Amino acid sequence: MVLKAFFPTCCVSADSGLLVGRWVPEQSSAVVLAVLHFPFIPIQVKQLLAQVRQASQVGVAVLGTWCHCRQEPEESLGRFLESLGAVFPHEPWLRLCRERGGTFWSCEATRRQAPTAPGAPGEDQVMLIFYDQRQVLLSQLHLPTVLPDRQAGATTASTGVLAAVFDTVARSEVLFRSDRFDEGPVRLSHWQSEGVEASILAELARRASGPICLLLASLLSLVSAVSACRVFKLWPLSFLGSKLSTCEQLRHRLEHLTLIFSTRKAENPAQLTRKANTVASVLLDVALGLMLLSWLHGRSRIGHLADALVPVADHVAEELQHLLQWLMGAPAGLKMNRALDQVLGRFFLYHIHLWISYIHLMSPFVEHILWHVGLSACLGLTVALSLLSDIIALLTFHIYCFYVYGARLYCLKIHGLSSLWRLFRGKKWNVLRQRVDSCSYDLDQLRLLVVAVQGLIHLLVDLINSLPLYSLGLRLCRPYRLAAGVKFRVLQHEAGRPLRLLMQINPLPYSRVVHTYRLPSCGCHPKHSWGALCRKLFLGELIYPWRQRGDKQD
Amino acid sequence: MEDERSFSDICGGRLALQRRYYSPSCREFCLSCPRLSLRSLTAVTCTVWLAAYGLFTLCENSMILSAAIFITLLGLLGYLHFVKIDQETLLIIDSLGIQMTSSYASGKESTTFIEMGKVKDIVINEAIYMKVIYYLCILLKDPVEPHGISQVVPVFQRQSLTLSPRLECSDSHHSLQPPPPRLKKSSCLSLLRTWDYRCAPPRLANFFFYF
Repeated sequence: MVLKAFFPTCCVSADSGLLVGRWVPEQSSAVVLAVLHFPFIPIQVKQLLAQVRQASQVGVAVLGTWCHCRQEPEESLGRFLESLGAVFPHEPWLRLCRERGGTFWSCEATRRQAPTAPGAPGEDQVMLIFYDQRQVLLSQLHLPTVLPDRQAGATTASTGVLAAVFDTVARSEVLFRSDRFDEGPVRLSHWQSEGVEASILAELARRASGPICLLLASLLSLVSAVSACRVFKLWPLSFLGSKLSTCEQLRHRLEHLTLIFSTRKAENPAQLTRKANTVASVLLDVALGLMLLSWLHGRSRIGHLADALVPVADHVAEELQHLLQWLMGAPAGLKMNRALDQVLGRFFLYHIHLWISYIHLMSPFVEHILWHVGLSACLGLTVALSLLSDIIALLTFHIYCFYVYGARLYCLKIHGLSSLWRLFRGKKWNVLRQRVDSCSYDLDQLRLLVVAVQGLIHLLVDLINSLPLYSLGLRLCRPYRLAAGVKFRVLQHEAGRPLRLLMQINPLPYSRVVHTYRLPSCGCHPKHSWGALCRKLFLGELIYPWRQRGDKQD
Repeated sequence: MEDERSFSDICGGRLALQRRYYSPSCREFCLSCPRLSLRSLTAVTCTVWLAAYGLFTLCENSMILSAAIFITLLGLLGYLHFVKIDQETLLIIDSLGIQMTSSYASGKESTTFIEMGKVKDIVINEAIYMKVIYYLCILLKDPVEPHGISQVVPVFQRQSLTLSPRLECSDSHHSLQPPPPRLKKSSCLSLLRTWDYRCAPPRLANFFFYF
């Protein structure tokens, strides 16, 4: 196998010295992590490497020599470099050499022991692959079969060269902590040797987050204790609490906030990303809610809304009554016998009458109610939308009842017709189910609209809840952090010289980011997607505007 | 070392294949297809605009014209960014892997790199698309089941290339041929014996890479 040497781009112009890194024998690759400069004392170098090995569990060792000088190394230098091979024994011993200002390199790898297979030469062919150390350190490799997972120590042969390289660089952070301003015994060159990278804001935030998290965590535990008390378990309140989507959304947000402000540190990168995504989602929610609030409370829009509500309700009731009168009489109406038509029609008319009376009763209080509902937008846009959805559900309950009766009848008719058709055609599977039957009654557009709007509101809430904003932002601004793989570019090549490749990070596509990091949704409508909503409308399956008992809990 | 040949695809367009030989362990095959022609672009734009003018004379609504401009621009951008491929490259690096890059007309490049350890085999498959065509594809190992295949990846997926049997395909094959025996256990990519390419196929046709 060709020997692959991964060399960091930050060390390309470093002075001569020793190559420090890890040798992966299964993949026949050497990952160079840093260059150690002359002068050094071998004992101190060995001590440092032993310390790094213990702290990071990575088998760091001296891999060879790096020579960056004005012309070809002289004989004395050559002998000195060879003697180093005796001081730091390593199989195979790499010798990389570059002329100052030159583009082409020379690399050799020698094995001291006699090769086991006959006919194999003592020297291996070497391929140089340059990689950006900082990007590889910070990025997370998303292999198609295996999730990003850095705590497992062993990278076996089955994981591949790339996983081994990323893993080695990520776990050797200890080696990169010293920079050239330190007064240590050895001088190293790596990506942080010009100064350790840090940010004042990040440090301040880290210091401040401790006490703030503690305070908020205790407040939140108080709130959850109050909401878990006995009063809410009694029958009317518990029933309402389980059916209304507002309560569900509030519970969901409380869970999120508890997760964000918990005092336990995140154990692995996946948990950290989830926390970050939750923070971003909550912030977006609150920002949108505040925007809505400022829009609502400006220029007395609430008053206009309240004034418009009662005439609209009256108009709707009138239209429905006309429609029912028509359905009861016309040939294209409810296709049942005359008596049943009358009964159903009168039943619906009574519902409408009741509903109109309630609306008129409530009309003086509507403006106050709307004002208070608008205040709930402080908690987030999703809460306001859930509240809106619940109000629509309550206000249009009668229409929902009509929809239920109508959809059930429609469904029954479809079943009946399809069974007749199957009988007529023998045992074949009937395809008529998919077709809207022409002799059924017309679906009222208003009913469909209301139900569809409720479904859409729930889907929007679900979307805001589950979108991983932090990961999407990371993918947009720092694409190297989420890596789907790598790509190689062949650098300028001369015959007789070793092959040089540049390795760059291939970022994860947006669809995979959303798929991998999506937050679990609150379970309002876990079975619903946009396609399912449309399908249910057309086939006459019932759409429930509130959560059902059988829905999946997260 | 570089050389270039030209072929034609299923639909009759000209394709150019460039082969670069960097070292015994690294080769590149670059397939470029003709650029967007001004004639077809003008034809499509004129059709859209004529339709828009027709609708405008019927409806007297100037929104239709702005919508037509919008649609033309968006459609062109979408076509250049998502559909029109200028070049497809196959880079084979011994003991590292195989890299396939597609460059679109808008400059976007999408790259896939398959590590050598994941490659189970390289096969030539026959398919029927108006006539019988042959295409090269890579079989990937299934991590769960040792004898299974997790994915079939066709090479040069987006272009359709007509190649004559004895000449071509051969080249991509030779670079993926089994290496000399002493290195056999590592980077072995041998041809599956489903089809013996050394004897000429009975039909007078050519290798096609389709989709």
